[in-house]
Amino acid sequence: MNVDLYERIWMWSAGVIVVLFLGTIFVMAGAQAVHPPSHLETVDPTALADHPEFGNPAVSTRPDGTVVVPVVASMFAFAPDPIEVPANRPVVFRLTSGDVVHGFQIVGTNANAMAIPGYVSQFTFTFTKPGEHLITCNEYCGLVHHAMVGRLIVKGAQ
Amino acid sequence: MNGRHTLAASHLGVAVAAFGVASIMGLLQALSIADVAFPFRSESLYYIAVTAHGVLMALVFTTFFIMGLGYVFSQESLGHISGRGVAWLGFSVAVIGSVMAAITILRGQSTVLYTFYPPMQAHPLFYIGATLLVVGSWIWGGVMIASYRSWRRQHAGIPVPLSIHGMLATVIVWFLATAGLAAEVVGLLIPWSLGLVEKIDPLLARTYFWWFGHPLVYFMLLPAYVLWYYVLPRIAGGRLFSDPLARMVFILFVVLSTPVGFHHQFTDPGIGAGWKLAHTVTTYAVLYPSLVTAFTVIASLEVAGRMKGATGLFNWIKQLPWADPFFSSVALGMIAFVFGGFGGAINAAYAMNAMVHNTAWIHGHFHVTLGTTVALTFMGATYWLLPRLIARELRFGWLARIQPYLWISGMIVFSTSYHIAGLRGMPRRVYSGTLTGEYGASWQSLTMVAALGAVLLFLSALAFVTVVTATWIAGRRIQAPPFEFAVPLQPVTRIGVWDRFGVWTAVALILLAVAYGHPLYTLLTHTRYGSPPFQPF
Repeated sequence: MNVDLYERIWMWSAGVIVVLFLGTIFVMAGAQAVHPPSHLETVDPTALADHPEFGNPAVSTRPDGTVVVPVVASMFAFAPDPIEVPANRPVVFRLTSGDVVHGFQIVGTNANAMAIPGYVSQFTFTFTKPGEHLITCNEYCGLVHHAMVGRLIVKGAQ
Repeated sequence: MNGRHTLAASHLGVAVAAFGVASIMGLLQALSIADVAFPFRSESLYYIAVTAHGVLMALVFTTFFIMGLGYVFSQESLGHISGRGVAWLGFSVAVIGSVMAAITILRGQSTVLYTFYPPMQAHPLFYIGATLLVVGSWIWGGVMIASYRSWRRQHAGIPVPLSIHGMLATVIVWFLATAGLAAEVVGLLIPWSLGLVEKIDPLLARTYFWWFGHPLVYFMLLPAYVLWYYVLPRIAGGRLFSDPLARMVFILFVVLSTPVGFHHQFTDPGIGAGWKLAHTVTTYAVLYPSLVTAFTVIASLEVAGRMKGATGLFNWIKQLPWADPFFSSVALGMIAFVFGGFGGAINAAYAMNAMVHNTAWIHGHFHVTLGTTVALTFMGATYWLLPRLIARELRFGWLARIQPYLWISGMIVFSTSYHIAGLRGMPRRVYSGTLTGEYGASWQSLTMVAALGAVLLFLSALAFVTVVTATWIAGRRIQAPPFEFAVPLQPVTRIGVWDRFGVWTAVALILLAVAYGHPLYTLLTHTRYGSPPFQPF
């Protein structure tokens, strides 16, 4: 195939751009362990009320100091609300839904996950500054979707 | 009416009608998000508008336009359409399906948005209507392939015209993509919505949906590229810079378009991080053919400018026909695609995706890519097609000339505002951008600016629909101008590696099986509970 010189230069440059983009992502994934959530755990969405963890979701602390926050998203609120977590400690969010698909975004951070009925979304996040964050549902979940918000309060070290 | 093109013209008519209704829905949404009071504003109307806008724009307008365009190229480049009767059947099936789905949406029985994620449940006729639309498009795909085959039997050993090469790629991408949609809609949603099964697995349904949902955008983009390669250089008065590379581009899309869906599911549970990374690789790889397209098309335009006498480094740009509505539409759409493409590269990196996933950034983004690049190309092409299809002179030519510029102005205002609002955390698809407290205040002004952009976009859409309607019913009858296509600088005379559709389709199927086989197996074999239906609208 006869390709013009300038076009050949462009094609190689385009290839390099694509490889650079991907290289950045691989470096982040490999060296800095930046991974998307990939936890596979199922739960019966019709029996959440009797579930030991999600029946009455409350923040708890594991022996190793990790804070665990089970969250149930349902039309049109999050439980618990507000969520109180300490600063500078890893916080494991465990998120599920009691009805339709919801979103869970802690505004001002990149903590952002889907709450899918029947599944537990799990991700870990460390808040470095005390303060208050808005939590939004960012997936359409019905007529009151836009009003489905929660609060997250990060408390400083005592 | 130009009899050979009645079929294509009918498709175009449905596309423009769907576009018109969807435009009204778009305006209503933007005003509602900005908390502008207007009669009948309500939550229900807003979410109906979101659903109708998405379905009519992304599925009905585009699919009908693309089907019509395919028939134009089949008639003009191959000289025939094999199975015209079957093609009319496909058209009827698609129209009936679209009308069924649209009625249940406008009656408020299917306010599930165009992603229709279960366990939110729509009226059964919504799913059945959508299925019929796709079945109609499958019939179109069959007719396109049959037309190509009958041409091939009489033209052994020579490459098919580039237009048909691109449309065949479009058809193959569409078949690969809609296989996922069929698995979701026919396998899960229809039986569940009819009450035949009680529960549905929402994650499985999402996975099937995005198997379809991302290649859907390449289904829209490839016909736009056909117009860029095969028609635009001619309009500009130039030559196609490189025919073989254009063929390579379409084949790369056949191979890489489908195994990319997980970049829409980065924040979903249940799919391994490694598989999400694998889909990231293909997502970036599919940038490559678009980068090559940028060179070839712009080089073709430079050839045009130089053939008209331009000599300096950039003054060929001035020589281009900026007053031609088709040319300006595509050129503006291409400029938008530079920004839209890099926005897409941001979305596909999951560290950055987490910042913007499901925020207003996302609809800001796809209104640049689909809402500008694809929509402007299709609107501009309509101005080019219409006189040739129905043998009437374009009415209100001045309106057609300003319409693309009005569109891009509106879109810059609209899309930039929502990109920024998204970075500030504003979620997408909200009836009101105010929400609560200080955050609402930081979004409110941006939503007002976006609403201004939406008004400009609506005026542009109105101009487009007015020109088309006026031309159709009151345009001066003329001898239909001939279809003229771009001639390559160096004509291709022999079949090459990029003409071997069978082989490349097999490669695409293998990639698809690799990309989805194991993740789907894991999901299907794990303990699953399923969800009963909900209708919170």
